[in-house]
Amino acid sequence: MDSVPMVAFTGQVPSSMLGNDAFQEADIVGITRPITKHNFLVRDIKDLASTIKKAFFIASTGRPGPVLVDLPKDVLNSQYEFEYPEKIDIRGYKPNYKGHFNQIKKAAEIIQNAKRPLLYVGGGVIMSGGSAELTLLAKENNLPVTMTLQGLGAFPGTASQSLGMLGMHGTYYANQAVNDCDVLVALGARFDDRVTGNIEKFATGAYKIHVDIDPTAIDKNVLVDLPIVGDVKHILAELVAEISKKPDTDAWWEKIEDWKNECPLDYDQDEDELKTQYVIERISEKTKGEAVIIADVGQHQMWVAQYYKFNNPRSHLTSGGLGTMGFSVPAAIGAAFAVNDRHIISISGDGGFQMNMQELITAAYHKLPIKFFIMNNCFLGMVRQWQTLFYDKRHSETDLSVQPDFVKLSEAFGGIGYRVKTKEEFDAALKDAVEKDVVAFIEVIVERMENVMPMVPSGGSLFNMMLLEKKETK
Amino acid sequence: MMEASERRVISVIVVNEASVLSRITDLFSGRGYNITSLTVAPIPESKYSRLTIVTSGSVRVIEQITKQLHKLIPILRVYEHADLVEKEMALVKFPVSENITDINTLCEAYNGKIVNVGENVIIAMVADEPKRVENFLKIITRYNPKEIVRSGAVALER
Repeated sequence: MDSVPMVAFTGQVPSSMLGNDAFQEADIVGITRPITKHNFLVRDIKDLASTIKKAFFIASTGRPGPVLVDLPKDVLNSQYEFEYPEKIDIRGYKPNYKGHFNQIKKAAEIIQNAKRPLLYVGGGVIMSGGSAELTLLAKENNLPVTMTLQGLGAFPGTASQSLGMLGMHGTYYANQAVNDCDVLVALGARFDDRVTGNIEKFATGAYKIHVDIDPTAIDKNVLVDLPIVGDVKHILAELVAEISKKPDTDAWWEKIEDWKNECPLDYDQDEDELKTQYVIERISEKTKGEAVIIADVGQHQMWVAQYYKFNNPRSHLTSGGLGTMGFSVPAAIGAAFAVNDRHIISISGDGGFQMNMQELITAAYHKLPIKFFIMNNCFLGMVRQWQTLFYDKRHSETDLSVQPDFVKLSEAFGGIGYRVKTKEEFDAALKDAVEKDVVAFIEVIVERMENVMPMVPSGGSLFNMMLLEKKETK
Repeated sequence: MMEASERRVISVIVVNEASVLSRITDLFSGRGYNITSLTVAPIPESKYSRLTIVTSGSVRVIEQITKQLHKLIPILRVYEHADLVEKEMALVKFPVSENITDINTLCEAYNGKIVNVGENVIIAMVADEPKRVENFLKIITRYNPKEIVRSGAVALER
């Protein structure tokens, strides 16, 4: 669902044994069929090179996605003259990159005549490498931009046009803007339920333009007025060229400013409390929004989305569509292999961290200077939050008070460990860890019962958010 | 908001390779689409097969079905038929004691005939539009059919 281009190679029993329930045989092609973009079983060494070419081609083109290649043992053991095809042609797979020009022209006209336009930006903009084009479009025409979880970083979080994230834990002003806009331009986004809330009440008054490379994304959740299928980077560039006059958005911006003043992104702060929101804000300041942040899944993930001001695309790795806890530790290791000129910062909760912490030894072994932050509230925090809010505080199986000593654990894995309980301790540890070129673990003991706010309850409509003091709007 | 469900015939041209059929049926089951019938056979002198899928759903669901089918890599073409010729076949086994003349006359009215006469049973076939085949099967209940087999539909655009 997060459109990650990835090729997985799996080992299989010899082809002569296939289907015999042989030792360690699993029908991995069958098992992974619903969770891959495509998969292959190579039965003949002759097909290996072209299959690998095809796998990388399919994984990285169109709407990217994972491709699996299953390799029986006899194929792996046999020899054949290596011939890697330069080009590959797959009948039946022709992703469409070029958007329909007349549709783009029409979109440009509608945007320039809009009174209350809004750009709703998804991960597709980052995938296509269209951040520069998006930034140009938004800044030249002074268009407000709101991003999905995967879209964060596509547009600078510090730019005046940024309204931050929309949706369930989006900002109040982004969601009000969605509700009130007259033209909504969805760019490489798929109208996920965590974004739209109640679909019947989503941007009801807006003319909806939807740019996406995946035709199945169009009209899947929300019916749109103007679909454009193609590569969002190219289409954004054409849009910029086609828009001939700047839309008049002054009154619209006034309204948005009112919403910002009415309910800014904020949290209660006591002197003696350490909250994840504060931690993220500090990390954001310390790294100037330039780090690669790998958030796990849960409350801290939403706080990262809210309080880290991403300045660059490809800076935010997180499991969005499927919300798989445990993602952060191994993903940070991958990021550290790919990027060595920026800070690699993994942020997990105490629950998710324990799901894949065995991978720490890989980070230590390869001397990857990752900074692992563990936001420890001794809870599966997001589930606890739902139990508090929607299940009458019947907290069940979410208390993780019994847990390992994370500092000792990190030291056992060969890194330096910190445990901090106050803002001062945290600031000192952050400074120390970021400046050292080693793998570091910072366990942050945070406020236990904090809830992620604002919030659109599941199935609720965007304009009706639970706010900080749990006062309801409208 | 429930939208009216309608019956649709979709033809799909696929590359004849392992597991292509399960990719299609997985798509239908995974996304909760209906399959009323599914017929598949190789296209002569090619490495492709043609599937005829009879399905039902709202206009939006049908549109998603065709798009999702198209997204599968080994699928070359997807035809969502509007104006088509559609045929389905049925084979029915009757006890030989039943009125064979009557059965034969009925079969002829439905584009069919008696195709096998054995010691104890006769086998009749009809090939007609799915609705008419259904009608035929309703009518012949009075002749105590012992076994009925229906094919899925095949269709061609006019």
